[in-house]
Amino acid sequence: MSASVVLPSRPTATEPRPWHFPRFERRVLANGLRLIVAPVRKLPIATVALLVEGGATADPEGQDGIAQLTARLMLEGTSQRDGAALTEAFERLGATVEAHADWDLATVSLTALTERLPAAMSLLGEVLRDPAFPAREVERLKSERISDLLQLRSEPRGLADETFAQVLYDARSRFARPDGGREADVEALTREQVQAFYQARYRPAGATCVIVGDLTVDAAAEMAQAALGAWSGEAPIAVQTLVAPARTTRAVHLVSRPDAAQSELRLGHVGVERAHPDYFPILVMNAVLGGLFSSRINLNLREAHGYTYGASSYFDWRRQPGPFVVSTAVQSDVTAAAAREALLEIDRMRSATIEQEELTLATSYLDGVFPIRYETTHAIAAALSALVAFGLPEDYFDRYRERVRGVTVDDVLEAARRHLQPEAMQMLVVGNVSGIRESMEALAFGEVVG
Amino acid sequence: MRIPIDTFRLENGLFVTLSEDHTAPLVAVNLWYHVGSANEREGRTGFAHLFEHMLFQGSADVGTNEHFMLVQRAGGTLNGSTWLERTNYFETVPSHELELVLWLEANRMGKLLPAMTQQKLDTQRDVVKNERLWSMDNQPYGTWWERLPALCFPASHPFHHSLIGSMEDLDAASLEDVAAFFSTWYAPDNAVLSIAGDFDPAVVRTLVEKHFGPIPPSEARPAPPEVPEAETFGMWKREIVPDDVALPRLFLAFLSPVFGSDAYYAASVCGAILGMRKGSRLHRALVREKQVAAEAQAFTYDLTRGSDLLVVDATARPGISAEQLESEVASEIDRLIAEGVTESEVARAVTLIETDMISSLQSAGERADKLSLFATYFGEPRLVNEQVDRYRAVTAEAVNAFIAARLGEDNRASLLFVPREPQDAAANEGVMAEAGA
Repeated sequence: MSASVVLPSRPTATEPRPWHFPRFERRVLANGLRLIVAPVRKLPIATVALLVEGGATADPEGQDGIAQLTARLMLEGTSQRDGAALTEAFERLGATVEAHADWDLATVSLTALTERLPAAMSLLGEVLRDPAFPAREVERLKSERISDLLQLRSEPRGLADETFAQVLYDARSRFARPDGGREADVEALTREQVQAFYQARYRPAGATCVIVGDLTVDAAAEMAQAALGAWSGEAPIAVQTLVAPARTTRAVHLVSRPDAAQSELRLGHVGVERAHPDYFPILVMNAVLGGLFSSRINLNLREAHGYTYGASSYFDWRRQPGPFVVSTAVQSDVTAAAAREALLEIDRMRSATIEQEELTLATSYLDGVFPIRYETTHAIAAALSALVAFGLPEDYFDRYRERVRGVTVDDVLEAARRHLQPEAMQMLVVGNVSGIRESMEALAFGEVVG
Repeated sequence: MRIPIDTFRLENGLFVTLSEDHTAPLVAVNLWYHVGSANEREGRTGFAHLFEHMLFQGSADVGTNEHFMLVQRAGGTLNGSTWLERTNYFETVPSHELELVLWLEANRMGKLLPAMTQQKLDTQRDVVKNERLWSMDNQPYGTWWERLPALCFPASHPFHHSLIGSMEDLDAASLEDVAAFFSTWYAPDNAVLSIAGDFDPAVVRTLVEKHFGPIPPSEARPAPPEVPEAETFGMWKREIVPDDVALPRLFLAFLSPVFGSDAYYAASVCGAILGMRKGSRLHRALVREKQVAAEAQAFTYDLTRGSDLLVVDATARPGISAEQLESEVASEIDRLIAEGVTESEVARAVTLIETDMISSLQSAGERADKLSLFATYFGEPRLVNEQVDRYRAVTAEAVNAFIAARLGEDNRASLLFVPREPQDAAANEGVMAEAGA
């Protein structure tokens, strides 16, 4: 029946319409708090993100996890209301409120309908200026972190991710250990340390308030002044962690999960910092290698071999060099074969220029999808937060698409040769080690550890 | 807040819904086929989901994996998903590439079979097996979404069996089976096409007619499966699953009114009072106050026939036993029955739901998906604009009536995951140390 249907042939695209990233304006409050406001008039909603220099790289020596604990405790009570009352107050306004710390920044953010934004902002101001860190909530969130760790490690992929950081980075680097801290670290954290971290890092002079949504710059600035104008403090000192690899020779690291149905496989090495001048060539290179569904690694491992449900590669972007990782989960019996294919794809990226077709697939995807990434106030606020976190130029979003389109096949080859480092590559397998050890040794990739 | 909605139907039965928005030059296309795992026959489970994979393997004029490549080259995002009562396919692209997506969707609706090969079927079967391993078998608690419907619905019930299917059934699938499934269900008169975003409505009508108009309707489609209606389980069903998990976790399900009914909104608000966000009853009592749970939430399956499920999902704190977790959750439910909810609790829940709804409608893809949902299940996409009002109409009295009717001990199903004792945990500790060396 369907074979006889006559359908039109493939159409051609019409002319693209121009688009630009939402215009934003900067202001500075008298207390030094920077504002970035992007009016977006689509639906009656707004997102506010308050960014402070309180990421995990600022964890003092011996206090792993303090940045995350402090961020999460921001929503657990002020001197005027306890955690339950604070939560209730936000939720009565229909506000979604979150607080977390990544490696570089701590963020307290909220999304609310604009009619309720002034009230929600006022609560946010109370949270930033006057957190109480109730002892009971400190202990509760510590034990929630320990419970999260237990959960994470019972997942093969969580265990693989945590172990891989430790395989890649020198033990003295903060990046070698989980950003939220391990059990022993977290157990030792105290309320006094949380207070000290808050006092040292949560200061308006080093902070930025991003406001995106259905309101004017003036209205947003007034709201910020009312909520946060009375907050005071000098800018915190800048921090850095040591970034060095754990080892300079290749090795295979095996972690045994005897009953695992699949192997979690990771390949990678220490990558580059987000502000690196090669960012755009690296972005395009990785899209071709493993960043898209139609990338070399996924088409090889999933579509050609059926080894996996999915395989990808990524550079984890941080202020300082985060990891480059190839990540997949494969049937145990093809672990070595899958690793070999992934390594071949990495070598192939470095040995010859990619096809023009591959380049344009990656660049036209990254170029075309750009407006689709910024449909929501939340996504726009996250993009502006990255601008702040990584110190990107003011015209970054306006130039993004031309920068992507400007990458050539030679740039990609150069980026692959400079930033993919087969000689420094580490391999990690979490799975049925006894069943795969022999084939992993036969790969002759490097020393087999574990 | 209402989004503009227009509809029309092609002669072959394809129902089309449109929602214009010119704030950005992008457009979402969303196609729902009214077929899901509930339409599968015994011995042929997993077909609906396997099909979702096969639809990306090319059609008469589109090469293997070319669908993904063409959409990504156009600067678009795409995917598909399978559920008990529907399968959907969706793309968001720059608006000047709209016709490409219509062509791709029409080509696979009208001419998939000429491109189907044994090799493609074999590869996708392997991919699905890996998907199963990855998402279920190698994931703590991963089997819950197969076990919970199996516990709640009897063996003969269309919602009973696994959505991803049995590996034996998938192995037994022949090209002929696959072709028969396709011809039966993947037809314009069993589909809804929604388009949201930046388009010219007159042009879109012409394009939809041009690309989808020639596709014939399905010749014979079996009547939808009989779905028995039940108010309650008539008992407290229980299943205990020893698994490679660190902490006990409880899924406690209740049969609840079907999606879209008036009583559904009361059930949904009850779910939000129990388990939406940190101010909910379960989070407040079990996570914050008693500290017996690490997490607690509630959700509905949104099933439209027979009965829906309201599910409470709670994970124990370290040191809390599975029995204790279950009894603490049950006592919160009992307390809800005894006390009822207040208007103030209803107001908190409805306000949160309202913000979430408006927030999600910012995305063209979400808008198109909601249009398809209401058009597929109820023939009326305009219901998307009624949702906030329907939630606002829910009273404490309605929620309390739901609670009295549905949360009792005669309508509970517990799926309780328990850490497998004790050798595995010890073995894992050992290798962690080894990995660190």
